[in-house]
Amino acid sequence: MILTINGQRREFADGATLADLIAATLPTDRGVAVAVDGEVAPRGTWASVALRDGQAIELLTAVQGG
Amino acid sequence: MSDELVVAGEKLGSRLILGTGGAPSMQVIDEVLAASGTALCTVSMRRIDPSTTGSVLDVLAHHGVRLLPNTAGCRTAREAVLTAQLAREAVETDWVKLEVIADDDTLLPDAVELLDAAERLVADGFKVFPYTNDDPVLARRLQRVGCVAVMPLGAPIGSGLGILNPHNIELIVAEAEVPVVLDAGVGTASDAALAMELGCDAVLLASAVTRAQEPALMAVAMASAVAAGRLAHRAGRIPKREHARASSPTTGMAVL
Repeated sequence: MILTINGQRREFADGATLADLIAATLPTDRGVAVAVDGEVAPRGTWASVALRDGQAIELLTAVQGG
Repeated sequence: MSDELVVAGEKLGSRLILGTGGAPSMQVIDEVLAASGTALCTVSMRRIDPSTTGSVLDVLAHHGVRLLPNTAGCRTAREAVLTAQLAREAVETDWVKLEVIADDDTLLPDAVELLDAAERLVADGFKVFPYTNDDPVLARRLQRVGCVAVMPLGAPIGSGLGILNPHNIELIVAEAEVPVVLDAGVGTASDAALAMELGCDAVLLASAVTRAQEPALMAVAMASAVAAGRLAHRAGRIPKREHARASSPTTGMAVL
């Protein structure tokens, strides 16, 4: 399946969960927040969120600002 | 004499709140935090950049500074609410500096979207610190929906123009039942002192320090100005007069 992660299209194995995607994409999940198709995906749900072709995932963290 | 700022039921050890944006490096942030003695700092939510080394969160944690995530860059209530919820996930705080701006030229708050977002976030359990226009009526409405502070601008973000409408800031302070934080527009120490003399409870600034030629030195200047302005406010200034009034005795003058 094709997912859009932080604006970039990437291929992932069918059946991957959000937890799989985060483990494969980021060196750490500390301080990370995730939105799937414009909705917050709470940390506790990552392992149970099965991703579907065409979804848009935003991986965010706090940076300097304000 | 204890004169701590209490906001959302929490005591803060400093009335200077710092934004971390605009600093050229993590080392500068580290120096500024040490120099300013601030207890609360804003951060922004952005896409993770895997090439970045070092996290601002580590630097802030090292100084024991509380986090105030912002919704900078959001244009609609929907975006701002979602960004606040993501910040709550990422940094595990229900405090949020709510910014909903109208356009890139002025970065002025969009009052309609701001109030809508504030109401939704309060309902969702957030402690909302709204960045607002210097409009006493909007400040009143934001308090009415349950914001824990109001943060009127002195001048547009990053402009360094100071406090363009001190009268409105005084009006906001006069009827506020929550802390008033002068947010944005501060250019130099006298602006921060003026904010406190007008009765603000705290000052939030970023660029004035992070983009100063000597950020750590300016951080000390700002901390001193905020403290001095607060003391002057509490002490009660003399009324302004049209004519001079002698401070030396006017009786007992020698006839020469």
